[in-house]
Amino acid sequence: MPMKYDLVIIGAGPAGMGAAIIAASHGASVALVDENPVPGGKLRGQVYKEPKANWWIGQEIARNMEKEIKQLGVTCFLEREVWAIYPKWKIMLNNGEQLESDYVVLATGAIEKPIPIPGWTTPGVMAIGAAQVMANIHRVKPGNRVAIIGIDALSLTIAYDLKMAGVDVVGIYLPPFNEFSLDKSNPLKMIAYLSSLSHLAPNPILKLLGKLGKQASVQKLGVNYYPPFGMRVWGIPLHLRKAVVQILGDELVEAIKVTTIDRSGELETKQEKRIPVDCVCISGGLYPLVELANVAGCAFVYVEDLGGHIPLYSDEMETTQSGIFVAGNSTGVEGAKVAMAQGELVGAIISNRLGLLKHGTELIKQAKEKVNVARKNAVIKFHPTIESGREKVLHLWNEKAVK
Amino acid sequence: MRINKHPILGKLDRKEICITYNGSDYQAYEGETIAAALLANHIRVLRYSEKGKKPRGIYCGIGHCYECRVTVDDERSVRACVTVVQDKMKIRSQGMYANEI
Ligand SMILES: Cc1cc2nc3c(=O)[nH]c(=O)nc-3n(C[C@H](O)[C@H](O)[C@H](O)COP(=O)(O)OP(=O)(O)OC[C@H]3O[C@@H](n4cnc5c(N)ncnc54)[C@H](O)[C@@H]3O)c2cc1C
Ligand code: FES
Repeated sequence: MPMKYDLVIIGAGPAGMGAAIIAASHGASVALVDENPVPGGKLRGQVYKEPKANWWIGQEIARNMEKEIKQLGVTCFLEREVWAIYPKWKIMLNNGEQLESDYVVLATGAIEKPIPIPGWTTPGVMAIGAAQVMANIHRVKPGNRVAIIGIDALSLTIAYDLKMAGVDVVGIYLPPFNEFSLDKSNPLKMIAYLSSLSHLAPNPILKLLGKLGKQASVQKLGVNYYPPFGMRVWGIPLHLRKAVVQILGDELVEAIKVTTIDRSGELETKQEKRIPVDCVCISGGLYPLVELANVAGCAFVYVEDLGGHIPLYSDEMETTQSGIFVAGNSTGVEGAKVAMAQGELVGAIISNRLGLLKHGTELIKQAKEKVNVARKNAVIKFHPTIESGREKVLHLWNEKAVK
Repeated sequence: MRINKHPILGKLDRKEICITYNGSDYQAYEGETIAAALLANHIRVLRYSEKGKKPRGIYCGIGHCYECRVTVDDERSVRACVTVVQDKMKIRSQGMYANEI
C-alpha cells in the first residue's frame, strides 16, 4: 500500500531539508527520503572560514535543521534509496516501500567526476570528497602524507581542512592530460581559474593573480614564471608546473610519480620524481546528480556553467513533468547556502500550489530574492559563470514554452 | 589515524564499540561508517576485484561508486562508506577466493 503525502522530497541535503522545513511549517504533510543514515547531505562535511564572519560548520547547521524537521513532524525515510518514479507520482524505495504524492522535489545534489590516472584503483587513492567526509565528519585522517591531484575550489578548501586535522599535505598537483582531465591538466587554464579563486587562498602572489590574472598576457607570464617548487598556500605547495603521472604501490599506495610540465604544457619525462605518500586524493570537479529526473521523463539541457546536464526547469523550479520540482545542486553546482535558499523557495512554491499560503506571491518573491543574495555573496563558487548559466536555463525554458 | 583534537571541531568524544573484520576484533566509534572505523584501524583494503583479484578500497566515500563493497553479517555487497557500524558487527572483505563472484 503506498503511503500518501502532500509532498515527497528526495534528498535530505540542505536543499531538501530547506524545502521540507518551509512546506511543513505551512502545514503540508511531508516525506523526506535519503539513502544516508543521517540527514545533511554534503553539508555535514563542510568546514571553512567565511570572510569577515564565523566558521561555517556544516555538521552543526545540519543538526539544527534536523531538529526543526523533527519538530515539524516531517516523516523521514532514511537509509532508503529511491530507484524509480512512476506517474503521477509514485516513488519507489529500495526496501519495497512506496510513497505517493502530487508533488515531488528532486534534491539529490551533486557528485564528483573521477579522473582516472595509472594506479588510481590502489587502496589509499580516493576522491577529494571522501577525504572531507573522513576528516571532518568521522574525524579519521585519510592518510598521514597526502598528495592532492586537481586544482579547484573543493580541493583547495579540503587541503586546508586536512592541514587543520594535522595531515601532512605534500602538495597539490595537476593531473596528466587525458580525456577526463582536459582543462584541469592545462597550466594556462588553471591560472585563469585560480585567479577567480584567489580569495580562498591567502597568498600574496595569488591575490595579485586574482587582480591581474584575467588578462591572457598575465596568465601566460604566470605560467612561464611560476616557481618550479610551487607556491605555498597555508604552507602547502600548489604546483602548476607539475603533474602526477602515476600512483605507485601494489596492495597500498606507496608513492606518486611526478613529472615537470614545460612552458608549453608538455610533460618532461626526464624530470620524473618519486614522492612517498600513503594517500592520494583526486579532485575532478562536480556534476549534478540527475538520474531520477531522467527516470521521471523530465526534459534535459546541457549547460556548462552549471556543471553539465540538468533537467530543464522554470522560474518556479518546476521541470517539464508537472508536479516534479528540482532544488539544490541537482540544478547546478553551488554552495550549501544557495542550495538551502533554493529548497526554501521550492517549499514556498509548493505550499502555494497546495493552497496553504495567504500571501503566496509575496513570500515567493522574497524567497527568490534570498536565492539571488546567497548566490551573489557565495564564498565558494564552483563555476565562476554560474549567473549566466541560470539565465540560460530560463531562456531555454521560455523558448520551449513558446514552442 | 584518529583526529582526537581539532582546532575548530573540538575534542572527539564518542562511545566505543567493537566490530570484527575478517575474524579479528577492532575498536570502532558509535555512529561512524564501516569505512571510517576500518581506516581508523589502518585498514584500507576492503575487497579484491572480480577480474584480476586486485585490491580495492573506498573511492567516492559518499555511496555512489560501489568500490567499497563488503559482506556484513552474511549480507553481501554492503557499501562500507554509507553503512554505520553496530556493536559486534561481523564484516568480511569480498573476492578473496578464486571461486567467489
Ligand atoms: C564531495 C562534495 C564535497 C562538497 N564540499 C563542499 C564544500 O566544502 N563547500 C560547499 O559550499 N559546497 C560543497 N559541495 C557542494 C554541495 O553539493 C553543496 O554545498 C550542497 O551540499 C548541495 O546541497 P543539496 O541539498 O543540493 O545536495 P546534497 O547535500 O548533496 O544532498 C543530496 C542528498 O540526496 C541524497 N540522495 C541522492 N540520490 C538519492 C536517491 N536516489 N535516493 C535517496 N537519497 C538520495 C544523498 O544521499 C544526499 O544526502 C560539495 C559537494 C560534493 C559532491
Ligand atoms: S566508496 Fe564509493 S560507494 Fe562507497
